[in-house]
Amino acid sequence: MSGFFDAIINIVSSESTYINGALFAAFLAFAASGEFVAERSGTLNISVEGMLLGGAFTSAIGYHLTDSMLIALVTGVAGGLIVAGVQAEMSHRLTADQFVVGLTLNILVFGLAGFLDNEIEPETQLASRWEIPLLHDIPLFGTALFGQRWPFYFLFLLLPVTWWIVFRTRWGLELRSVGENPQSADVSGIDVNKRRRQSIYYAGFTSGMGGWFLIFGQVGLFEDSVVGGRGFIAIAAVIFGGWTLRGTVAGCVIFAGALSFRLSVQGLGYQVNSELLQSLPFIVTLGGMAIFAHRVRAPAALAQPFVRGLK
Amino acid sequence: MTDMTTSRHGARVGEWFVLYGLSVLAALLLSALLVEATGGDWRPVVSALLDGSLRKPGRWGETLGTAAPILLVAVGTIISGKAGLVNIGQEGQLFVGAAFATYFGFLVGGPGPFNLVIIVIFGAVGGALWAGVAALLKFWRNVPEVLSTLLLVAVGGQVVAYGLSQSWLLLAPLGDRGNRNQVSQQLPKDNRLPSPEVFGNRIPLAVVIGLVSAVAVSAVLARTVWGFRLRMLGRNSRAAQRSGVSQTGYGASALMISGAFAGLAGAVMLAGGGFAFGNYQLVPGFSTNVGWTGLLVALVAREKALVAIPVAFVFAGLRTGSSFVGSTGVEGRITDVIQGFLVLALLVPPAVMFIRDRRRAQAAAVERA
Repeated sequence: MSGFFDAIINIVSSESTYINGALFAAFLAFAASGEFVAERSGTLNISVEGMLLGGAFTSAIGYHLTDSMLIALVTGVAGGLIVAGVQAEMSHRLTADQFVVGLTLNILVFGLAGFLDNEIEPETQLASRWEIPLLHDIPLFGTALFGQRWPFYFLFLLLPVTWWIVFRTRWGLELRSVGENPQSADVSGIDVNKRRRQSIYYAGFTSGMGGWFLIFGQVGLFEDSVVGGRGFIAIAAVIFGGWTLRGTVAGCVIFAGALSFRLSVQGLGYQVNSELLQSLPFIVTLGGMAIFAHRVRAPAALAQPFVRGLK
Repeated sequence: MTDMTTSRHGARVGEWFVLYGLSVLAALLLSALLVEATGGDWRPVVSALLDGSLRKPGRWGETLGTAAPILLVAVGTIISGKAGLVNIGQEGQLFVGAAFATYFGFLVGGPGPFNLVIIVIFGAVGGALWAGVAALLKFWRNVPEVLSTLLLVAVGGQVVAYGLSQSWLLLAPLGDRGNRNQVSQQLPKDNRLPSPEVFGNRIPLAVVIGLVSAVAVSAVLARTVWGFRLRMLGRNSRAAQRSGVSQTGYGASALMISGAFAGLAGAVMLAGGGFAFGNYQLVPGFSTNVGWTGLLVALVAREKALVAIPVAFVFAGLRTGSSFVGSTGVEGRITDVIQGFLVLALLVPPAVMFIRDRRRAQAAAVERA
């Protein structure tokens, strides 16, 4: 038993646990911040997974063609926006069921990316490291937060911007009202489905960025399994966080901890059954939701389609 | 008056046909364009798909055999869908069901036909239990079933893989598994679902199970009190609750029955699948996307169990055909893309018709006023 605690202490005190944790958390947070906006407007788009994968793939293609990571960022965001476009227009203009559209999109993007990846085989590489002077020397946390590859730092920009948009602009207020009471919002002159479409586009934007970050900030090459269900964990982080941005980020950090723990256990050479370890992040996510999901209040109109005159 | 309504009705049917035709055509065109854009030729792909699914000897039997589990999953999905629940974890429920079927099949190990019943029953039990976890989380802890079922797919895959690596659970004894270290024992011959030969095609009995389930579920949903209450719950949960339909009871049972059908599909794949599905033994990745495909079939069939029958056959054809596509020099995964495009395209016509009907009703209301 003491071996077990030694192992835990070793993992918790190893710097690589924090570096990986920060990378996983950042990746989740890119997607989750967009999904947070989308859910506040009353949509639950499970196509985040597809947006991430689409963004990752198109950014890999963009880099393959131009050798520029900034252009890759643009194409990555475009990829996320394309998936978001299909989701938004089909579920909130044509009123197709949003889960059906999202699920189909995930499967379609997975097939499409896998098919094109085999045909094109894009070549990518990791971005260079930026070490913020002084701050990255902090023990344990320093490198994790201030010594990462440069795509990582976009998150420090994205999170405050997301908060400001949602809580300090008129658009954000309308967005939240649409998520709480679409009938009243409609009566007061807000185009409910338009706001919802826009919020999904925002999710596509951040997820496309997240896909770009995944390729150039964390993994370095594209495979069709590169996202591997973590888009769903990002959605869970929003629910776990009780539909607040703070809570969402906290959820990302906790679920990323599970993802990183899994790597560290293997990296430090401990013998744990790998299958059970693989499922650990998902079990932690389920457990986290089971504990917290009933304590928080969801946007009142979450996942309820809005059609004027029908309730 | 009647004349007018019939002509309106005729126009509507025409509209449906045009819309569906255009959508499917667009999906196929996009897929063909994609093949051409990556340097392939679409004609041999189509021909290979037809060869693989229907034309070559023995292939349509194979397609029917593949359609059976897909149909079973779809039928289950329809039940939970009618209750207004979004179960999207069939892939995991199917795999766990197959694992239960394997475990209890070998644990009981009775005489052939008896054991076959055990396998099928425990397949369903396994799927139901796995969906039951999601039901428990939903009705006890308020976790949305959309996410829990989905996350349980990942967990289920790993848990069964763990079971397959442990000889006290599912792993075959050393002599029976060659060099493989994650494989179950092979079902003995008398434990397999018979597949009689018809016109040179082996038709597995699973097809009958699938068809009977589809018809039965369709009848139960349309004709029984239980089915009525389930539909009421799906349409308007508040009204259902006021009239005494327990959301927890009916919702949880719908979710679990839906999982049971997915598990049943897993058992049927195990006991009757032959080479298409792991050769009568459980391996990691045994579910091979049948759960996802079945889910898509249910969505395309718009929650009508009888419509799911032909749709399942078409999707099974894409699957059996894809193994022949490789020989044309185009990636076999193109069929996944075709399938995705098709499903998206089939979502469009009902949505467009809904909007058009509303516009018409509005115009009529203005006219009356």
